Amino acid sequence: MAMKISDEKFFERVDKGVNNTFMRNAVVSAQERMQGKRLAAAEELGNWEEWRKLGEEIRTHTLQNLDYYLEQLSENVKKRGGHVFFASTKEEANEYITKVAKEKQAKKVVKSKSMVTEEIHLNSALEKAGCEVIETDLGEYILQLDDHDPPSHIVVPALHKNKEQIRDTFKEKRGYDKSEIPEELALFAREQLRQEFLSADLGITGCNFAVAESGSISLVTNEGNAGLVTALPKTQITVMGMERIVPTWEELDILVSLLCRSSVGQKLTSYITGLTGPKDEDDVDGPEEFHLVIVDNGRSNILGTEFQSALHCIRCAACVNVCPVYRHIGGHSYGSIYAGPIGAVLTPLLGGYEDYKELPYASSLCAACTDACPVKIPLHELLIKHRRKIVEDEKKSPFGEKLAMKGYQLAASSPSIYKAGTKSASSVMAPFTQSNSIQKGPGPMKPWTDVRDFPAPNKERFRDWYKKREKGGE
Amino acid sequence: MAEGQIHNRDSFLSTVAAKLGRERRTSVAKPQWTTTPQYDVLKDATQDELVEVLKKHCEVIHTQFIETNTKELPQKIREVFKQYEVGSIVTWKDERHKEFGLEEGLLDKLSEEKMDVHIWDPVLKEKNIEAAEKADVGITFSDITLAESGTVVLFSSENKGRSVSLLPKTYIAIVPKSTLVPRMTQATAYINKQVQAGKSISSCIDFITGPSNSADIELNLIVGVHGPIKATYILVEDK
Repeated sequence: MAMKISDEKFFERVDKGVNNTFMRNAVVSAQERMQGKRLAAAEELGNWEEWRKLGEEIRTHTLQNLDYYLEQLSENVKKRGGHVFFASTKEEANEYITKVAKEKQAKKVVKSKSMVTEEIHLNSALEKAGCEVIETDLGEYILQLDDHDPPSHIVVPALHKNKEQIRDTFKEKRGYDKSEIPEELALFAREQLRQEFLSADLGITGCNFAVAESGSISLVTNEGNAGLVTALPKTQITVMGMERIVPTWEELDILVSLLCRSSVGQKLTSYITGLTGPKDEDDVDGPEEFHLVIVDNGRSNILGTEFQSALHCIRCAACVNVCPVYRHIGGHSYGSIYAGPIGAVLTPLLGGYEDYKELPYASSLCAACTDACPVKIPLHELLIKHRRKIVEDEKKSPFGEKLAMKGYQLAASSPSIYKAGTKSASSVMAPFTQSNSIQKGPGPMKPWTDVRDFPAPNKERFRDWYKKREKGGE
Repeated sequence: MAEGQIHNRDSFLSTVAAKLGRERRTSVAKPQWTTTPQYDVLKDATQDELVEVLKKHCEVIHTQFIETNTKELPQKIREVFKQYEVGSIVTWKDERHKEFGLEEGLLDKLSEEKMDVHIWDPVLKEKNIEAAEKADVGITFSDITLAESGTVVLFSSENKGRSVSLLPKTYIAIVPKSTLVPRMTQATAYINKQVQAGKSISSCIDFITGPSNSADIELNLIVGVHGPIKATYILVEDK
């Protein structure tokens, strides 16, 4: 699965999202619960703003000196006997990883959850090379079994599915014969996947944060699958986006603390695993061979631009969990594995405006995302910067907006046209109006009214009302 | 250990530096951060206060908490065995077993009682993992314990396999009271010091907080996924 998850147009995707009642209810309840947990976890510290400030300082410094810290990281991995591959493109990354898989004659690959491997389309590259690839995060496993349904949330990928659907998928694909009780479903997945862990040739992980000073990588999970992926197979490959790095273990503490509290409201998740190189010579478990693949894939083009702070993201999804637009349209509408406010900022940067020019408009600019971000990325400001670029530099503003602006330009340039327009607005819109709101608007209004009502133009113009009022009327 | 290989580094990092609008940097001084809120957490707490924090947080992380002393420790562990219906055990090869009276007081006796006891031994290689996979319970000591989050920190070694805390369905951590610190900050500061002193750190450092869990199905909390399904911390007075 690449970053792009749909060939449908933005509004077609939104239509599907808005009409999926289960998904919408699931998202609403997920947002409320996760937001509540995050706020409680932040409040409990008493000085959350200080933590955010420190997080921002660390991310800013690290990105400003990224070349230095990546060099230090790679030197230290090398000293511990690990291999490092710097991949400028997704093709280079996939080529290297499949080459290692072939050298190791790997047939079975187990993976722990990783957004960057989805972004580079790694699974299909490995499958083409003849490997069986098994996702082991419970949510990802469900999606993979269900014919590779795309994830709809960074932290809870199968959020859009209900337990009955999951039961049916297990039944159809794996002969499951028990109920839809979540514990039973999870136990079944545990048993199915345990055998896969024990017989896999290759383990692949993402990386929450690498630690430059020691050449370590860290993995943050609740299920314990990352521990199994890295303890049992003989070869481990870790794929990291090049910005996912901290200088020392001291900063790892801060960013892991911010991540756990902001994503799931936990002080720490059940498993935080710090791994350094392959296993030591006399160790029994752990990989004999370790490869770290550091991926650029468009990230360096963001460095040195007004969008650099987007690379500070630690993938906690706090912004997703507070976003009123995400709440209504759901993750799949973004057409990218990166959904929500950060997705609307990052996806056009990595995938280009041609495919993703609508995303910066999928925001009400309410700034809840900016307030929620644990490393203080000014998300709503970055969305405005995108809009400015789309309109001014790329001349790609959405058609409806262009038409409206053209119309306004014409109308505002002539007092008589403007007057005629405002006078006729109410009657022109009358066929679309029901009890003072427009629910199915024509033309450029359609995308708006498909998802919410638009207030109908008042029968009385403001100017007329004002004149009357001056004369002593109501 | 043979050194690894690095591919494509120079062109990659030169691009990064160029995009940042400057030459490659070969030395960078980490700044003094303007704020350090992490050191304020449980700053002046005594060891007993940290115990209370840990105990309370164990409720949140679905972990049974037992407090005892060295004398009672074997009996307390047996009680958990009974509760978890344990017939087989895997544990580290750990000097602390002797120090806390568990070698004579528990492990030797269990073997005599025909309980299946496997003590991790690098000589046995893969057999260790097979034993861990079959064991009903894994038992380890905690190397550092984080009161705030209820976390036990385990440093792997040839005698301290990663699988012990991961593969069995249930897990017992023995927590010497002296290992308690306020939070993750103290553990990472310790690791940072090791690194700065040029020492080799463990290939795997696990921060474990209760049993494994997931909220991937309709956001219902499920306790017990890939790692242990149940966990108990036994805090033992060691001084």
